[in-house]
Formats: sequence, C-alpha cells, structure tokens
Amino acid sequence: MTAPRTMFEKIWQRHVVVDRPDGYTLLYIDRHLMHDGSSPAYARLKARGMGLRRADRAAATPDHYVKTDHRSKDVPDADHRRLLNDITKNCNEAGVTLFDLGDVRQGIIHVVGPEQGLSQPGTTLVCGDSHTSTHGALGALAFGIGSSEVTHVMATQCLWQRKPKSMRITVDGTLHPHITGKDIILAIIGKIGAAGAVGHVMEYAGSAIRGLSMEGRLTLCNMSIEAGGRAGMVAPDDTTFQYLNGKPFAPKGANWDKAMAFWKTVPTEDGATFDTEVTLNAAEIAPMVTWGTSPEDVLSINGRVPDPASAPNPGKQENMKRALEYMDLKPGTPMDGIAVDKVFIGSCTNSRIEDLRAAAAVAKGRKAKIPAWVVAGSGLVKQQAEAEGLDKIFREAGFDWREPGCSMCIGVNGDTGVAGQRIASTSNRNFVGRQGVGVRTHLVSPAMAAAAAVTGHFTDVRKLLG
Amino acid sequence: MDAFTTLKAVAVPIDQANVDTDQIIPARFLGRTRDRQVEGFFHDFRLDPNGRPREGVTLNNPAYKGAKIIVGNTNFACGSSRENAVTTMVDNGFRSFIAPSFGDIFFNNCFQNGCLPIRLPADRVARIRVILHELPGAEIAIDLAKQTVTGPDGKTDSFEVDPFRKEMLLKGADEVKITLGYEADIKRFEDRQKQEMPWL
Repeated sequence: MTAPRTMFEKIWQRHVVVDRPDGYTLLYIDRHLMHDGSSPAYARLKARGMGLRRADRAAATPDHYVKTDHRSKDVPDADHRRLLNDITKNCNEAGVTLFDLGDVRQGIIHVVGPEQGLSQPGTTLVCGDSHTSTHGALGALAFGIGSSEVTHVMATQCLWQRKPKSMRITVDGTLHPHITGKDIILAIIGKIGAAGAVGHVMEYAGSAIRGLSMEGRLTLCNMSIEAGGRAGMVAPDDTTFQYLNGKPFAPKGANWDKAMAFWKTVPTEDGATFDTEVTLNAAEIAPMVTWGTSPEDVLSINGRVPDPASAPNPGKQENMKRALEYMDLKPGTPMDGIAVDKVFIGSCTNSRIEDLRAAAAVAKGRKAKIPAWVVAGSGLVKQQAEAEGLDKIFREAGFDWREPGCSMCIGVNGDTGVAGQRIASTSNRNFVGRQGVGVRTHLVSPAMAAAAAVTGHFTDVRKLLG
Repeated sequence: MDAFTTLKAVAVPIDQANVDTDQIIPARFLGRTRDRQVEGFFHDFRLDPNGRPREGVTLNNPAYKGAKIIVGNTNFACGSSRENAVTTMVDNGFRSFIAPSFGDIFFNNCFQNGCLPIRLPADRVARIRVILHELPGAEIAIDLAKQTVTGPDGKTDSFEVDPFRKEMLLKGADEVKITLGYEADIKRFEDRQKQEMPWL
C-alpha cells in the first residue's frame, strides 16, 4: 500500500513527463493562459521559427493595458497600442482562443479562466503572471512564470521544475459575519510573513475554507504569492463542481461524468503529511487592513499603527520606520478613523460578482465622500452585476462604474493615484509606488473599501452593517 | 543564453528585506521595448519624484560603480513575475544576486538569463553587507563550477545549486532545445492523457 498523498503530490506525479536523476522534472502543462503582456514571449517563439505546440490548450484576453473608461484599442501610448494589437494578431495567427476587447467575455485573465471553466481540478495551469496562483482555488496546480518560461511552454507545453515543498494552512472555526476570503488571506500573511511560504505549494484546509464560496477561495489562493507561495490550492468539492457545471469550457455529457470521477480523487488523502503546517482560528479573524508597504504589514481594523520600537530586530525596525514614513503614519494611531482619499474596488483579487455584491450592500443608500472606482473583473461579471442592479446602487452612491481590466491594481494602463494620496484598495499589493509614484495603498476587502468610501476613512464595516 | 562560469566583481549591498520586483523596475516601464527599459532599473528606489538621486541609496554611490553583484536581504525580488526585473539588471551590468532567500519566480527567471542567484545563510549575508558598506567598491568572487563565493573578507562559502541549472548555466545552454530532445516522452505523455482525460 502506498503512503497517503497530498493533492499537490498527486497532481505533480500525474504530470511528470521526465524525472531526471538530478532531481529536476519535466512537468506537463495542461493549460496556458495569456494576456497582453505575453507578446514578447510569442515574438521569441516566432524568432525560433516555431508555433505553439498546443494552441488548443491556450487562451488569452487583454487585461493589463486596456483602458477602463472606453473599449478602444486606440490608446494614446504607442507601446500599449502595440501590445493590444499584438495579442489579437498573435492569437489569430497561432489559433489561440481569444476573449478580445469588445467581447463580453473579456476581462482579467484570472477572473476569465475560472469563469469560462478553463481552470479545472487536477490540472496544471500556468500564465506569465504571478497571480496565477488564483486558479488553485479549483484544485489545480497553478503558478506564475516569467516570459522565457512562457516561450518554453508555448514551444514544448512543458516546464523544468524542482518539486516545491508542501504547506497546509488549516483555518478551523466559524468566521464572524462580513469576514471574507480577503481577511483570511491577509491574516495568514500577517502570521507567516511575506516570505513565509517561499518554496512551498500551499493547501488551504479546514472548516472555514470549506465554507467559502468559489469567489472567496479564488481571493484566498490569489494572494498565495504574497506569502511567497509557489501556488495555493483548495481541494475540489461540491462547491467546485457546482461552480464548474455548465461553464463553457467545462466538460459536458459523458466527459463530465468521467471528469467528476477523476476530480473526486484529487483531494489530499487522510494521513498525508506536509512539510509545514500552520493553523488559524477563524473566530479570531477581524476585518483586516494593511498599514505598511508589504502585505505582511497588516492588522485588524481595531488595531493601532505599530511602533518600530517594538520590532524584534534592528533590520525589521528600519523596514518599519521606512514603511511608516512612506505611508505617512504615526505609531499608535487607531486604524479606524484614518482618512482615505480614494477607493479602488477591483483586480484579480476582488472583482467577482460576490465582491461587488458585498461592496454594493455597504454603498446602498449611502453616498461616497471620496472618489471611488468599481472595476468589474470581466464583461460577464459586469453584465451580471447590472442585471442585479448593482451598477445602479453604485452610481446612486456616487461610485464610478468602469469597464473590466487590471486597472489601478498595477496602473500600467494609466489608472493610478496621485503622489501623496491614500487609497483603500481591494487589490493584492501595497508595494511602494504600486498604484503610482508616491501613492499610499492599504489593502482591504470589498466591503471594507466601500465602508471607507462612504465614511471617508477606514472603519469596521460591521458598524455600518450591524 | 550567455554562459555563467566565474565572476569577480564589485558588489553593492541593498539592506531592505522583501525588495519586490516593482522596486527593481516599476510597472510603467514594462510596456516598453527592452532597450528602453534600461533606465527603469530601480528607478523610483534610486530617484525622488523630481529625478534627483535619493540620499543613502547604495545604488547611487559612485564607489560601487561597475558592480555586477547585488547582495540583498530576505525574500529578494518577491512579488510580480516580471522577468524584466532580471533583464533590466542584466542590462545594467548585473549577473549575480546573493540573499538569504528569493522570490521563487525571480529565482527561476535568473537562470533563463544567464544569471546566478545564490542563497547563503542570513547571518553571513548580513555580514557581507556590513563589509560592503564599510569598504564600498570591494569585490566578491564567485566560482559556479566549484560552487563557492569568496566574500570581501576573503572568507569562502559554498552554496547549493541544482545540478540541472548549474549545467545549463555553465554551458549557456538553450533550454527549449534541450526539452525538444525529449519529444518522444512528451508525445507519449500526450497520448496517454488523451485517453485518461479526454475532456481537456
């Protein structure tokens, strides 16, 4: 009898093409997702006189460089215009499925993949973007790669990898109302640090994770990279299967039954061991907000800005001082009450229908006191939100309802803040300058972002929703 | 890809932990062609919003001119997968990075560009950074075949590197070409998967 195996171990073993004696593995990649930053990788492939080995396993959508106030590719920046035109040209030439601008299915690649049923349990999935960890929410081994590796996958449908270690994060207990996947992952990063999972594939387990919707799990896995994780995963279960059922690229008919039989074998077996185990108590998680310039600089909305004097070592103290200076925050200041200049609700972390519903529940009947943007993750999310009247709620509350794209998460399309602005953002990175030179980013959940919009400062959203 | 064998060069210390790839090259430079990304190198980390060099930033200190090695801190080059973080450092002369730990994607991207990322124990890396601050312009010597790093204090440490990556770097090998040599294995895998997972 073989030893019980983790989900990661099983998916890995199933995709080994070659195991070299030196510990390196040629791993088969089932699905390759592309975006408008992928064209240099394709250019290198063409320079070799090659095409995609498996165009049928690739799909693409422009997201990074698209404007969110209109749908034209005729953008002012010549480089961006070239990238937006290249993706169309390349996909047509290579025969890759493309959800282009103007197609309602266009959106952020990490929203589109699951939404189209392209991301599936038990598969390997890569994309030239670090937030590819998102797709692990469906029980896939999904990770981000660089541009050279993108070319390698296009050419061979494989990647050379050393097997990462495994880590299980167990979150048991009952979450308080209005605590979301975003608060859970921020609490995890706060506990293990931004390098806590370096070299590991993370599996999220426990009753609080099982209770999350697919949207919540996608948010959770999305930020695995912010803990340093190579990938993040949640075991597929009925939530996963119901989510996939009927999705355009999900299996149909007899294939659905075959796939289901396989998918049920994917989860970690009882007794399997992980290299590292971490546990959190769900009941202890409050709405979270970051105070510094790394996602590990995070605390409860009921906390106070930490004092560098309390740092465990001089290096950490120096980092904290630098972060507080950039963020213009004084130690001891209560987080609840810090004034905010702008709100961004969107990104591959938090732009799905459930996120927009949570934000709309707070915005409803209230007025934004500061500029607030809502950028749906895809045309289909936007359409669904409009069918539910969420756009109307946001507009009446003074929020800006925009077209799908990465937008102010990375700001390469021109959607940035202004130096000195403090932004409550549902995105994934509060790095220095991430949302524009000198811009101060605080990461929060969609409901917390909406609460900041209608009060003009950070506050515990539970006070507004009761 | 350029081969990497030995390197003896000036090393520049960067003390901060969790230096993310957004610091190495801000996103606004990414849409450019590679030749126009060169100036993006640690742009906002080095320069203030008016384009003036920030004080106390080692990368602005002319004493480190010609450096080809960066000695960083924990989780160096974490965050975004942008390979431009490696290529912009290569285009600014850098070929090796020494830190206690690295962002996983950056670590892989280095090998794709003839660069060697080296993990050493945190206390040793901290010691090397201190010496480099005290003696700006001091050199570090790296020998990949022997897997050794000799610090500015003359102390030699050995480091781990995957045999596969080591071989590729020493030869400056073309990874795609090597993988294509496994065509029969890939084809066999695909044939089997077609039977086992016909829905994909």
